[in-house]
Amino acid sequence: MNTEILGVIAVYLLTLVIAIPLGKYLAEVFAGEKVWTDFLKPVEAGIFKLSGINPKVEMTWKEHMKALLTINLVWLVYGFFVLMHQDKLPMNPDGNPGMSPDLAFNTIISFVVNCNLQHYSGETGVSYLTQHFVLMFLQFVSCATGIAAAVVLFRAFRDKTTQNLGNFWDYFLKSITRLLLPLSLLMALILAFNGTPTSYEGQDQFISLQGDTVNVSRGPAAPFIAIKHLGTNGGGWFGANSAHPLENPNYLSNSVELIAQVIIPIAMVIAFGYYIRRRKLGWMIFGMMTLGMLLLLIPMIASETAGSATIESMGISQATGAMEGKEVRFGPAISAYWSTVTTIISTGSVNNMHDSSMPLSGAWQLLGMMINAFYGGCGVGVLNYFVYLIIAVFISGLMVGRTPEFLGHKVESREVKIAAIITLLSPFLILAGTALATYVYTNHGTADWAVQPSNWLNNPDFHGFSELLYEVTSSNANNGSGFEGLADNNIFWNVLTGFVLLLGRFLPIIGPVAIAGILGAKKFIPESAGTLRTDTLTFSLMTFAVIIVLNALSYFPALVLGPLAEYFTY
Amino acid sequence: MKTSRNNLFEPQHVKAALLQAFIKLHPKVMIKNPVMFTVEIGTLVMAYVTIYSITHKGEGSPVYNFAVFIVLLLTLLFANFAEAIAEARGKAQADSLRKTREETPAKALNAEGHIELRSSGMLKKGDLFLCEAGDTIPCDGEIIKGIATIDESAITGESAPVIRESGGDKSSVTGGTKVLSDQITVQVSTAPGESFLDRMIALVEGTSRQKTPNEIALTILLSSFTIVFIIVCLTLKPFADYANTPVTIAALISLFVCLIPTTIGGLLSAIGIAGMDRALRANVITKSGKAVETAGDIDVLLLDKTGTITIGNRKATHFYATEQVTEDRFIDAAVLSSLADETPEGKSIVELAASIQSGKVWQAPEGAVFIQFTAETRSSGMDTPEGRSIRKGAFDSIRKKVQRAGNTFPVDVENHVKNISSNGGTPLVVVENLEVLGVIELQDIIKPGISERFERLRKMGVKTVMVTGDNPLTAKFIAEKAGVDDFIAEAKPEDKMNYIKAEQALGKLVAMMGDGTNDAPALAQADVGVAMNSGTQAAKEAGNMVDLDNDPTKLIEIVEIGKQLLITRGTLTTFSIANDIAKYFAIVPALFIASIPGLQKLNIMNLHSPESAILAAVIFNAIIIPILIPLALKGVVYKPIGASALLRRNLLIYGLGGIIAPFIGIKLIDLLVGLFV
Repeated sequence: MNTEILGVIAVYLLTLVIAIPLGKYLAEVFAGEKVWTDFLKPVEAGIFKLSGINPKVEMTWKEHMKALLTINLVWLVYGFFVLMHQDKLPMNPDGNPGMSPDLAFNTIISFVVNCNLQHYSGETGVSYLTQHFVLMFLQFVSCATGIAAAVVLFRAFRDKTTQNLGNFWDYFLKSITRLLLPLSLLMALILAFNGTPTSYEGQDQFISLQGDTVNVSRGPAAPFIAIKHLGTNGGGWFGANSAHPLENPNYLSNSVELIAQVIIPIAMVIAFGYYIRRRKLGWMIFGMMTLGMLLLLIPMIASETAGSATIESMGISQATGAMEGKEVRFGPAISAYWSTVTTIISTGSVNNMHDSSMPLSGAWQLLGMMINAFYGGCGVGVLNYFVYLIIAVFISGLMVGRTPEFLGHKVESREVKIAAIITLLSPFLILAGTALATYVYTNHGTADWAVQPSNWLNNPDFHGFSELLYEVTSSNANNGSGFEGLADNNIFWNVLTGFVLLLGRFLPIIGPVAIAGILGAKKFIPESAGTLRTDTLTFSLMTFAVIIVLNALSYFPALVLGPLAEYFTY
Repeated sequence: MKTSRNNLFEPQHVKAALLQAFIKLHPKVMIKNPVMFTVEIGTLVMAYVTIYSITHKGEGSPVYNFAVFIVLLLTLLFANFAEAIAEARGKAQADSLRKTREETPAKALNAEGHIELRSSGMLKKGDLFLCEAGDTIPCDGEIIKGIATIDESAITGESAPVIRESGGDKSSVTGGTKVLSDQITVQVSTAPGESFLDRMIALVEGTSRQKTPNEIALTILLSSFTIVFIIVCLTLKPFADYANTPVTIAALISLFVCLIPTTIGGLLSAIGIAGMDRALRANVITKSGKAVETAGDIDVLLLDKTGTITIGNRKATHFYATEQVTEDRFIDAAVLSSLADETPEGKSIVELAASIQSGKVWQAPEGAVFIQFTAETRSSGMDTPEGRSIRKGAFDSIRKKVQRAGNTFPVDVENHVKNISSNGGTPLVVVENLEVLGVIELQDIIKPGISERFERLRKMGVKTVMVTGDNPLTAKFIAEKAGVDDFIAEAKPEDKMNYIKAEQALGKLVAMMGDGTNDAPALAQADVGVAMNSGTQAAKEAGNMVDLDNDPTKLIEIVEIGKQLLITRGTLTTFSIANDIAKYFAIVPALFIASIPGLQKLNIMNLHSPESAILAAVIFNAIIIPILIPLALKGVVYKPIGASALLRRNLLIYGLGGIIAPFIGIKLIDLLVGLFV
């Protein structure tokens, strides 16, 4: 086996070595059990005292969601104004301008929702102040929001019957103090020692071999890049994201960033099993998510390392695989792995350009984001999987002749209704959003806009369709990666994706938490021989089948017209 | 009224259903089924497109459009037919029940106590009427005076007449049954048209059928799938425009109708009605469809020992005389003490004696006085004029009397008593003038095949609990022998209630059967309460089902009917959704092949042409409905093999089968259609 593949395997195994104990640790932290980081308690107590919060107050699921939405709204308003007026605020050594309202609207939403779509470029679009106190701040808190929401769901199934699901602020703060801050600190140090800038000075200059004067943006990038991955945010300090040599200098930093973005999503799944004292269920969910990842990863590595037949026919050797859009220091295999994890979990950072991926890889990247539950984003991955699971519970419950139940709680029409709406939401946002874009592109290409719709696409044809589809899909999944090749910084895209981002974030959080809250409050039914256990291989495969079939049915025509048409035609 | 399992498609049912299939096309009726309603809209659009395409270009040939229109119309008709045939079968079943309650003249008693003839339809709740030998009872009621033998075969199919009398637990009579002897005064308990039977008839006919909770939840899920496919098909138009591919309305509507879960959508109400029909065929009347569904969920089943687990009552199986007396003398005394004993135990003693003494017939001596059993003395017997005082009774009460009289209680008898008790039997000690003669052994006879039924219940996940008035030792013995999981011994009426409440507090669903008035609170408390038709009106009101056969093990069948109902829905949903994969592979390449020739590689079924592919898909989608009607009516077989194994089995058959079957079906239809297109 070649070393490139070995590199992928090693990185994944290392991820597990860290993620599994981390999952057990998280279960203990959120259960309030004794852990070694308890020395931070006084700090937390101080923060709570300062904010006038009593972290012991138990909340129902509705109170949790009220707290979550309120604080997110505060961040949204705060960030919107700071981004618009960053040019008048300090810490702007490069003199970057304030954002236009539509770009600020899009940017702030995209960071609040843990997406980081970035219709701007870090070098020229933001100041150090906004990078630090708006964007990086949001990278921490948006991730903590997702984790806290997931813990609310966990809590609903820990006890037999309960309405009290713990305290939102407690979960939220602990996610930061016990998890994100320490890990980010460690990772930022590793990156800094590998050459990622950590300085408050403005642009540097050098004269290239050709004699051109080159301005190089710098800044305190290392901590930003750390939380960008740990928190599955994905927004780069620099425009080129982790393909940029300062953002991701070498194979080691590449591995660290790869590991960092996957550990919390996996740890949350393991934590679920430990927290509700049904470890087998946690492992089963983890197994299905891993299966899904492998089914996307293996063909992607295969197609990227094989290279393009069209280029081959031009007589160009592709001994190293499809290298267009990839960094020589990484190569196609680990880049394909990166593309897989960054799309299945909602990071959306890139170390290679997805626009240049092989057509089938593009399809798998899209599918990964459409499913959005193979590991998934911090906390929200479990929430998304849970919705699929409820649908699977309902259908299989009927198939064994019993009113469906999950962990001892009957799943009835109210829960099915919520799950159905959430399942419906993604196809609606993705397909309707793409349809709107294609409609404008086809019928109003010459509209008198700042950027004419007919100039949106670098590549018309099937690939152009994929670019449109990718942008909306990425927004809905709160992923943030782009197929690029799309002129996205204009009112149409800023506003469209802004709304898709908002709806694609909060409804899929509220839905599963509501289902869990309602189920948790229901009477607990002990298991009998007639009960369908949810931690068996059969049921897990049923859930897997539900995930695949639902997504395939929703997106097959769109995928056919984009990447598949490209694949079959060229 | 027991009907033999008749043919699924009786000609007269089919005829009625065919007509109904058209009547049900009315949008007001269709809108109740959201999935099929969208098909109806699609059909109307296709009708318009067909006419439009005669004069305009660009929407395909009128003939092709007309073909699609016809297939869509057939889809609707097939779905309506499924519902209608289920209703027709239910109606037929109901009619045969209704025959029993045709207008019969009632001898109503007016305020002064005079008889006036009135039609049964005129009776109101609380009215009194008289029934004499030969009369048909006009409506459901409760005997307030008298005793009568009644032929209930019209309802139960059981030819042996039963005795009904005022007071006690056997006081209720059912309309349509016939009085064979004596005279009774009956109070109307439910006005005609409102009885359980009437309610059930309405349920089966579908007129008052309300959707059950699971059915509602499934409808929601199916509606959301339908909306997803509306989105998929609507957005396909701008997508196709982008790709410069004209898509005809016929193709879009065909794709839509193929994708939405029409198979389950079309069969859903038929499944529900057929479930009620199966319950009725099992001679069980339910007050709501929900009760049948709940029956499929129950965790605990309470059963009375007598009549359910054991045959009728205890029977005498042995005479054990003490060593001091001859067996003949003991048997003679035992028989004399039981001659006037009308209880089944008493009769069985006489029968056993007769069989041992080869047909000897005993006569009570002239002037003998019979002593009835009382709870106080716990013994019964006979005093003869010549001074013999014979008693038989429970061991401890007899022993007390014997010892009080200064006599000793023989050790050998005491040993027999112990043996009998530990073998689950009941000892009856016989004394003459307070001198112990011996002991009679009474044993419960466990019904043959009952332990297999309990085993089946256990595999379904249902715990069985035996309720008995016996002492714990006897109860335990019988419980073990019969294979029940738990028992309540020395049960008082409130014990049942407490047991049910305790199980429910643990979150379990409890079912029970009962007949007596003192069962009523427990029947009401239980999640599924099945009252015997022979039981009191109070019991019938309290429960949510009535068993016309008075068969206590009927609950097992009800549980299976409930499970079958859910399984049929679940598997057909899975099948319906799984079908979509093949339909995509038929239609999507067909839509775009003209402008994107590369997509020919997606045409993995190698279908003849885009038109034939689309037609084949919609035709398959339509004919799968009538093909599955028998399954919907009969229900998917339930096998108690454990939930996970059952899921595996059904997933293989209906999930994997649902993926593969349409590939084959569509290909075959395409070959056929290809001959014409």
